[in-house]
Amino acid sequence: MATVTEPAPSTTPTPPPGKSLPLTRRQRMSALDVKLSPYLYISPFFILFAVLGLFPLVYTLWVSLHDWNLIGGKGEFVGMANYAQVVQQEFFWRGMRNTFSIFLISGVTQTLAALALAAVLNQNIRAKTFWRMGVLLPFVIAPVAVGVIFNKMFADQNGFFNELLGYVGLGPVAWHAGVLESHVAIATMVNFRWTGYVTLIFLAAMQAIPTELYEAALLDGASRIRQFISITVPMLRPTIIFVVITATIGGLQIFDEPRVFDQTGLGGSDRQWMTVTMYIYELGWGPTKSFGRAAAVSWILFLIIILVGAINFWLTRRIASGDSKKVAAPAAPAPTQAAAPGAGAVASAEPTRKAAAANNDAKETTS
Amino acid sequence: MRPGSRRGTTYGRIAALTMTAALLAACGGESADTDAGSGGEGGSDGPVTLTVATFNEFGYEELFTEYMELNPDVTIEHKKAATANEARDNLNTRLAAGSGLSDIEAVEVDWLPELLQYPDQFMDLSSDSVEGRWVDWKVQQATTTDGKLIGYGTDIGPEAICYRADLFEAAGLPSDREEVAAALGSTWDDYFALGEEFMANSDVPWMESAGATYNAMVNQLEFPYEQEDGTVIATENPEVRALYDQVLAASANGLSAGLSQWSDDWTSSFQRDGFATMVCPSWMLGVIEGNAAGVEGWDIANTFPGGGGNWGGSFLTVPTQGENQEAAKELADWLTAPEQQIKAFQSKGTFPSQVEALESEELLGDTREFFNNAPTGEIFSERAQAVEVVTFKGPKYSGINDAMQQAISRVDVDGTDTPESSWEKFVSAVEALG
Repeated sequence: MATVTEPAPSTTPTPPPGKSLPLTRRQRMSALDVKLSPYLYISPFFILFAVLGLFPLVYTLWVSLHDWNLIGGKGEFVGMANYAQVVQQEFFWRGMRNTFSIFLISGVTQTLAALALAAVLNQNIRAKTFWRMGVLLPFVIAPVAVGVIFNKMFADQNGFFNELLGYVGLGPVAWHAGVLESHVAIATMVNFRWTGYVTLIFLAAMQAIPTELYEAALLDGASRIRQFISITVPMLRPTIIFVVITATIGGLQIFDEPRVFDQTGLGGSDRQWMTVTMYIYELGWGPTKSFGRAAAVSWILFLIIILVGAINFWLTRRIASGDSKKVAAPAAPAPTQAAAPGAGAVASAEPTRKAAAANNDAKETTS
Repeated sequence: MRPGSRRGTTYGRIAALTMTAALLAACGGESADTDAGSGGEGGSDGPVTLTVATFNEFGYEELFTEYMELNPDVTIEHKKAATANEARDNLNTRLAAGSGLSDIEAVEVDWLPELLQYPDQFMDLSSDSVEGRWVDWKVQQATTTDGKLIGYGTDIGPEAICYRADLFEAAGLPSDREEVAAALGSTWDDYFALGEEFMANSDVPWMESAGATYNAMVNQLEFPYEQEDGTVIATENPEVRALYDQVLAASANGLSAGLSQWSDDWTSSFQRDGFATMVCPSWMLGVIEGNAAGVEGWDIANTFPGGGGNWGGSFLTVPTQGENQEAAKELADWLTAPEQQIKAFQSKGTFPSQVEALESEELLGDTREFFNNAPTGEIFSERAQAVEVVTFKGPKYSGINDAMQQAISRVDVDGTDTPESSWEKFVSAVEALG
């Protein structure tokens, strides 16, 4: 700061307020404080983001444009050749197929199961806290440990599930040979881990739904199931959207569970369950040791996640605007306090039955 | 990719770090990072701290203490990775970064093809004092085409055939280990023929999987997948195709249990009479003993079809990025000397690769109670001397071999392909490596 060149400030008497007089050093600093400080306070996040998020992202792009070996380092500039090479690979597309398939199987069942579980936990049951903590237990187990246990259960010849199926007279399922079978097995591991977590998010949102709605429904003679479908689910919509978006981002990067699904970790002898992230790992750290290609696939995956995220966001807007007249639903997906108290108060009287109608409206507008 | 000598530049350093950060962040977990090496201070005269990175069990703990007593100037820091994969990721990342490696890095024989592409990264360890110390093929594995030795051999995995004597007896075959060795003959044809004979009188499959057997077979070819100049010949080589057909024909005849190695089904099959014979490198004995605890009848035949064979084994290397290379070389020299390696063998059962050690009383007198008191020292020492061919493994070897294992597995384990359709997939997988 150029404070040295200023005239000595302290000796002069305090000037009367007016535009023409120069500000004192203290005043200047104060003005600077007001203007600059907020940015300084939030800067650690952005500095960290730039170092740990933005820089690697851009650098990965730089790497993807080169012939780049894990050990040998940077080679020639090859432009888009890495991208062209990988999109021609059958394994790349198989990875895409598997990633989306596992994501859909696990995402759909997980959300439905979590909704049902949360609804049960939201009832006035005994030992509430015990059950609520209980559903979160699988979440604290390391994914690799989950993999080891489930691998024993999903073993093709002597596994627990196949033995169980044998008792009810069903033939053994080739968990490690079939495409769909392996995806179901992996989705089971993923769900085991995440369902409890999602359940708690739903539960928190459910508890924010005003009880007046249920009381009104009760007076109208609505059954428990009807209440769930017509009040709980519509009021949870922002939360569901949040869960779906985070599940998308996580689900498209799924790695641990499929990687430990067999001993080689390549995703099956016909790459039945090799996901995109496993393909990235294989390209970069496997026999080819090609960081260039691994970086290219990383960037493609990044763009796909952005694309899917954008589609999600667009859907969110459509759904939000679709029922904004009836329920003042927040436009952006909020993780907690999804149904804002204000929204409930405004909507408390009428939307009991209309909420369902709004739900249908939204579906029509999006399709 | 590019076989060349690009060293770790600043770019390389940043690249390694960011790529690790970026890609690993995307992958979630699977961290390759361990604590950075702190050794390397001090000149050649004063006190020296040497870091030694190993994995699994090398049996060196007591030897380090002994060395420090013999050389008061030297302090040894041991960095032991839990798994070989962890050590490998660490090695690769730090090689690319150009710093952070230990003064001595233990490497497995499977990593050598790619490391030999960067001979500048490792000190040339050849010297008169180690001339003739190891069996020839062990030295050849770690020698570059222009004669540079980048690693001192530690242990090896000479292969014999392990078999279930009780199942042999039940099927009316000889079960005594000398008789079995004779009956197994000397070629893979003999091995499969005896299998047919066995299967005629038994419900138990002859071998664990086609893939494991193939692996032993391909390691007896000199140039299976690549020529010395790096040209890939895997998909046109009639020898490779012949092995592929031979092993899958045996599988089609029901000789294979279709158990992919290390899978949970494979592990539990040891308790259920899963198969009668298996290719058995020296270190496999511990694995069998653990998996088949309580099962009686395992024995070892002192023979190996198609000549000798080796599976696995490790080396000690001295990376050139270290500051105490001479001191490190001395330590590596001492550790891999026959006397020390015998102590490691006694401590953790790592089978020595040194000619003198292979002939020592301590080794030859070794027996294993679980395997019907088989003279394991004698058997595997003889198996080690029987190895004649060192397979040429160029930079693409492991990629091609992985693809081949998957091709065999598709037919033998999964049953999702015919040999012909699986071969076509193998061909395109090999092309994708290019």
